[in-house]
Amino acid sequence: MSTPTAALDRQRPRPPVRPARVLLHVFLVVTSLAWLAPLLWAMFAALRPYGETSEKGYVSWPDTLSLDNFKNAFQQSDMTHYFVNTLVIAVPAVLLTLLLSSMVAFYVSRFDFRLNVFLLLVFTAGNLLPQQVIITPLYRMYLLVDLPGITASGKLYDSALGLVLIHVAFQSGFCAFVLSNYMRMLPDELTEAALVDGASVWRMYWQIVLPLCKPAMAALATLLSIWIYNDFFWAIVLISTGENMPITSALNNLSGQYFTDPNLVAAGALLTAIPTLIVYFALQRQFVSGLTLGANKG
Amino acid sequence: MTAETDTKTPEAAAVPPPGPAHEQKAAPRGRRRLLTRRDRITLALMAGVPTVLHVALVWVTAFASIALAFTTWDGIGFDSIKWVGLDNFRELFTNNPQFWPAVQHNIIWFVVLILVPTPMGLFLAVQLDKRIRFSRVYQTAFFLPVVVSLAVTGFVWQLVYNPDTGLINSLVGANKPGHYIDWIGDPHLNLWAVLIAASWRHTGYMMILYLAGLKGVDPSLREASALDGANEWQTFKSVIFPTLRPTNTVVLVVTIIEALRAFDLVFVFNKGAQGTELLSILITNNIIGESSRIGYGSAIAVVLLVISLAVIIPYLIATFRKERRA
Repeated sequence: MSTPTAALDRQRPRPPVRPARVLLHVFLVVTSLAWLAPLLWAMFAALRPYGETSEKGYVSWPDTLSLDNFKNAFQQSDMTHYFVNTLVIAVPAVLLTLLLSSMVAFYVSRFDFRLNVFLLLVFTAGNLLPQQVIITPLYRMYLLVDLPGITASGKLYDSALGLVLIHVAFQSGFCAFVLSNYMRMLPDELTEAALVDGASVWRMYWQIVLPLCKPAMAALATLLSIWIYNDFFWAIVLISTGENMPITSALNNLSGQYFTDPNLVAAGALLTAIPTLIVYFALQRQFVSGLTLGANKG
Repeated sequence: MTAETDTKTPEAAAVPPPGPAHEQKAAPRGRRRLLTRRDRITLALMAGVPTVLHVALVWVTAFASIALAFTTWDGIGFDSIKWVGLDNFRELFTNNPQFWPAVQHNIIWFVVLILVPTPMGLFLAVQLDKRIRFSRVYQTAFFLPVVVSLAVTGFVWQLVYNPDTGLINSLVGANKPGHYIDWIGDPHLNLWAVLIAASWRHTGYMMILYLAGLKGVDPSLREASALDGANEWQTFKSVIFPTLRPTNTVVLVVTIIEALRAFDLVFVFNKGAQGTELLSILITNNIIGESSRIGYGSAIAVVLLVISLAVIIPYLIATFRKERRA
């Protein structure tokens, strides 16, 4: 539209410090702190020994601050085991979702078949459905599918494989939508030239289109890892053995079984949140751009 | 292209750039002839495998929900499936003390999200869009709740609400026996307590969507408005806000869907016991609870499905139509 103005605008120096600005900063600092308060409160509780808080009350000046609760939460509940469970689910799920959805997106955006729009609509709408709409038959289906020797439970139910499949099926709707929009921005000449040169369709996809989609793929990978890591619902319904649960839903079990005091629960909850926070801080740009790339995500 | 992804508004993402799209329409016939048999098989597999997986697990089950809603089934063997017509719905609408409260709570959930955190997110986005120092730091503070899982959020807020040891009761001196304010247990309070936690998270999400939308506002509009002598509020009201229309649509749809999907927080809080019933919780309790009433659970799912599709379908049709026109 008006690129010159936009460029100028970007270089425009920050306005001088005025009382209104100072006021805005004060407002933002106060609100930010209020926003972080629940997390900071959890941190504060987690750093204090239970004995002290039960004696002095939670709102009190701390005598001792230590990481003991974190250590105990980690050891008592064998959290490593649940982190591994999550890893076993999340890594294949993210990779498969990206692979499959990029293939659909490639098909939809590069070839003009009649059913393209409809196909994309099916994927996108499926992703917008609340999960509970499909859970009852899905749960039954998972109980019916026998996989002796393939999963420990002998079924799709109560297995990492089952969770991977539903994550891939569900999330590929969103990714196909975003990636097809992205691929449509690539010039047609790229693949046309390759086609004329006799390159196979697979080569076009794997060697030409996919490498160009790296920024979008990176953004989606970040989003997907956080979403799948954070999943609670599928795991609560489709996994019955506590041992098989990924970390987020395991926390729900642990808080009744092992975590006896609020301070330990706080530590456990914060430990569970750490991996997502690391991913977020490391890949903030990708995360935010991914979220706004396809903001029709529910 | 990398830079573009950052500034792209949601709607812009849905609309392909004008250039290639036109050419694409002319090209297919010639191009299709270039495809070998092998290419066609590859393409069929590339589109087919993901589609089969998605349709089998998402759409087949959604339709199965509809079918099962008219039956009773204890889940043991297929021959125990019995057609009962509208019985499940009749019972649901007239005889289930949790159903109408759940519908009501889902509606309240939406109304609260759209009236409180959404304007708050917009307000914060407008402030942070002013090219102020430390903008990133503030953004992170508001956005952090979106990154933390809802289940963990539930645990963190329980520490705030706990009658005995929680932050609020400790601060107001209501943490002694006889003076308890039971934020999680009291059916008149717990929905609002959960909604505060939900709003806490939703604000950051809305802020990011609006920030992206604001980046797409043509700066010359602002300048023109400033030259005309409009003050900040006037500029926002008459110039900026109208241009955010596409973002507002997305925000509305996202918020409705969030309200329909609401589950994790409530489940961690009190499993949807008195005062916090939601449709999603009723369905889940029918599955993982002791009574396996599949037809009945499916009937609730159908209600949820119908409401969701009433929102999803018009939205997607509008989005895709725009895309084709572009």
